Amino acid sequence: MSDQTRAPLLDALEWMRRERLVPFDVPGHKRGKGNPQLTEFLGESCLSVDVNSMKPLDNLCHPVGVIREAEELTAEAFGAAHAFFMVGGTTSAVQAMILASVKSGDEIILPRNVHQSVINALVLCGAVPVYLNPQTDSQLGIALGMSVEDVRQTIAQHPGAKAILVNNPTYYGICSDLRRITQLAHQGGLRVLVDEAHGTHFYFGRDMPVSAMAAGADMAAVSMHKSGGSLTQSSLLLCGERVNAHYVLQIINLTQTTSGSYLLLSSLDISRRNLALRGEEIFDKVQRFARYARDEINAIGDYYAYSKELINGDSVFDFDTTKLSVNTLRLGLAGIEVYDLLRDEYGIQIEFGDLGNILAYISVGDKNKNIERLISALGEIRRLYKRDNRDMLASEYISPTVMRSPQAAFYAEKESLPLAECEGRICSEFVMCYPPGIPVLAPGELITTEIVSYIQYAKEKGCVLTGPENMEIRRLNVLKGE
Amino acid sequence: MDDLWYSEYYTPNVRFSIRVTGQLYRETSSYQLISVFDSAEFGRFLTLDGIMMLTERDEFIYHEMITHPAMAVNPNIRTVLVIGAGDGGVARELAKYRSIERIDVVEIDERVVAVCREYLPGTACGFDDPRVHLHFQDGLKFVRHAQDAYDLVIVDSTDPFGPGEVLFTREFYGSCHRALTENGILVNQHESPFYSEDAKAMRSAHRRIAQVFPVSRVYQAHIPTYPSGHWLFGFASKALLPTENLRAAEWDALGIPTRYYNTNLHRGAFALPTYVEEMLHEG
Repeated sequence: MSDQTRAPLLDALEWMRRERLVPFDVPGHKRGKGNPQLTEFLGESCLSVDVNSMKPLDNLCHPVGVIREAEELTAEAFGAAHAFFMVGGTTSAVQAMILASVKSGDEIILPRNVHQSVINALVLCGAVPVYLNPQTDSQLGIALGMSVEDVRQTIAQHPGAKAILVNNPTYYGICSDLRRITQLAHQGGLRVLVDEAHGTHFYFGRDMPVSAMAAGADMAAVSMHKSGGSLTQSSLLLCGERVNAHYVLQIINLTQTTSGSYLLLSSLDISRRNLALRGEEIFDKVQRFARYARDEINAIGDYYAYSKELINGDSVFDFDTTKLSVNTLRLGLAGIEVYDLLRDEYGIQIEFGDLGNILAYISVGDKNKNIERLISALGEIRRLYKRDNRDMLASEYISPTVMRSPQAAFYAEKESLPLAECEGRICSEFVMCYPPGIPVLAPGELITTEIVSYIQYAKEKGCVLTGPENMEIRRLNVLKGE
Repeated sequence: MDDLWYSEYYTPNVRFSIRVTGQLYRETSSYQLISVFDSAEFGRFLTLDGIMMLTERDEFIYHEMITHPAMAVNPNIRTVLVIGAGDGGVARELAKYRSIERIDVVEIDERVVAVCREYLPGTACGFDDPRVHLHFQDGLKFVRHAQDAYDLVIVDSTDPFGPGEVLFTREFYGSCHRALTENGILVNQHESPFYSEDAKAMRSAHRRIAQVFPVSRVYQAHIPTYPSGHWLFGFASKALLPTENLRAAEWDALGIPTRYYNTNLHRGAFALPTYVEEMLHEG
């Protein structure tokens, strides 16, 4: 075990600052001196380390020095064979993972509740999605994890599939049986990719669901900037023993910037050290906060803050108790309505609201008094806004019908039609309900009556729908003549 | 004598100073820095995070004015919830009413009470009355669990920039509404209209209370050791009006001893300077 108290990138940047190197390289703000307003806004110490690659600071595209050391320490801390620092968000980590595993025409098995970045990667590489119908909880209106039996059947039906992607945990905290799924996939010769955007803490906390690397998965995309505390847009790509890391680096370099930000990179280094040294204590606190808030919110009435009682041994194999997911349907309010009320009336910004649920993100940065405010505001919203819940649409999962590969449909000849006239046509673009960014339609899918009315309903309820060229989603692009 | 001064900055450009004869106590609790000083002019005084809370010399004004106006509007108040007030001054004033049955005092910082008991017995004596029940917890949490339980809620908070912040939120005022009985009254420390930062807090508190309570009025007092000396209190209720429903004769007959408050002053306290009225109307 090497010394996790080290932070090689941080040390190198501090050395550079002490040396007072005279900058005749980019960035042109020259340690902030050329842009006083920016320096005043972000702070001198921040600007002084916004620098370019140089020998003592290594190079993200070809790490041989301090970046490599920092990545090795990270790999060790996460129990991975290799770790890559990513500066294009977890989106870039997810895309690299897919581009490194499947090629044009290859089949990849995925749950429908994947992040937009996954299907975008399929547009880039031309692989064909095989969607697993996620199990859904119709009462809560959320997609659950993957059922092991569904995985077994799908692998049997698609013997040529090259990879399987697992969302673990989901945004809501639901975990699949990652160990069994990995075993089955490996027996079938598939590579196991895990979108672990919401699971950084699985590697460090006590009593956590199993992490991707511990379960034997081949690759995992980990959002250090979510529960790990690093800067927004910094992320990690972890690889297991069976993956050729040199090839993965080539894939990353296809799309990643050659001017990786040292602000982002150093935040990964510092956060990894912090998690390795204090992770248990940090996530104990987060779990305590979340448990307390859950109990208090459930005591208000009508709200349902769910947890491990959902576990059913399969599609809910485990639950991430740091997540504060709350169902609002019994209140007669859509999650998105509660989300808006919290912000507009009570000055509280939560992570997201969908049709039936809200998620408040709990972290080490929280304070008791803010947790109390959240609980009390929810109590007040119930007192003041509760209404008859008859017209609430509970479930939001609609099974897709894939007619073309995302790449073929995305680049095909297309025409624009009013939403109401789109039924029966093949969509050539995305329709995303955001957050949490799960596709309602992806390129190549059949537009059904159910989908059209879902889009209209989500618009009415104030969800942000994104993706189509037509920003108001009054029209959709469909394949010409089909 | 050493030239020692306690200073509080009212704005970055204005400060108020008192010559101190000594610092009696200093402690950083889990919530704040607690200090007690002695002075020639104001006697002993308590500061939290460097902000003046009370002096022996003028605390009577604040404590009488946050307590008696509501009691004179409804002398039948039986149950009272006091939030903050770790010094005991509000409890002392309330204990003067024989009709009150129960006084719950919710203070987040147990250390404030302990320090006041030791150094400021003149106010902390309020805790000695058997009807007073002390609860050391978050005020918002306590009030959230109460429903239809209190005839009067008094919010004796610090400024809205530290631990007292939650006591200026809409969710707090809403929870107070729920905790109050049909004729319930909410009185709160309402900051000052004079310096701009205080005035901003004052206006936003008023706006939020007005969103929750049908009756929302403001009254004033002159408190020498608070910024500008011109201090406001909020009077909000579900039904009772502060001047129209004043039961002056009834209150006078109780014979409650006071040095600042009287029922004539009560009527005048709700008459506000024009610029303050304008601020309140603008929201």
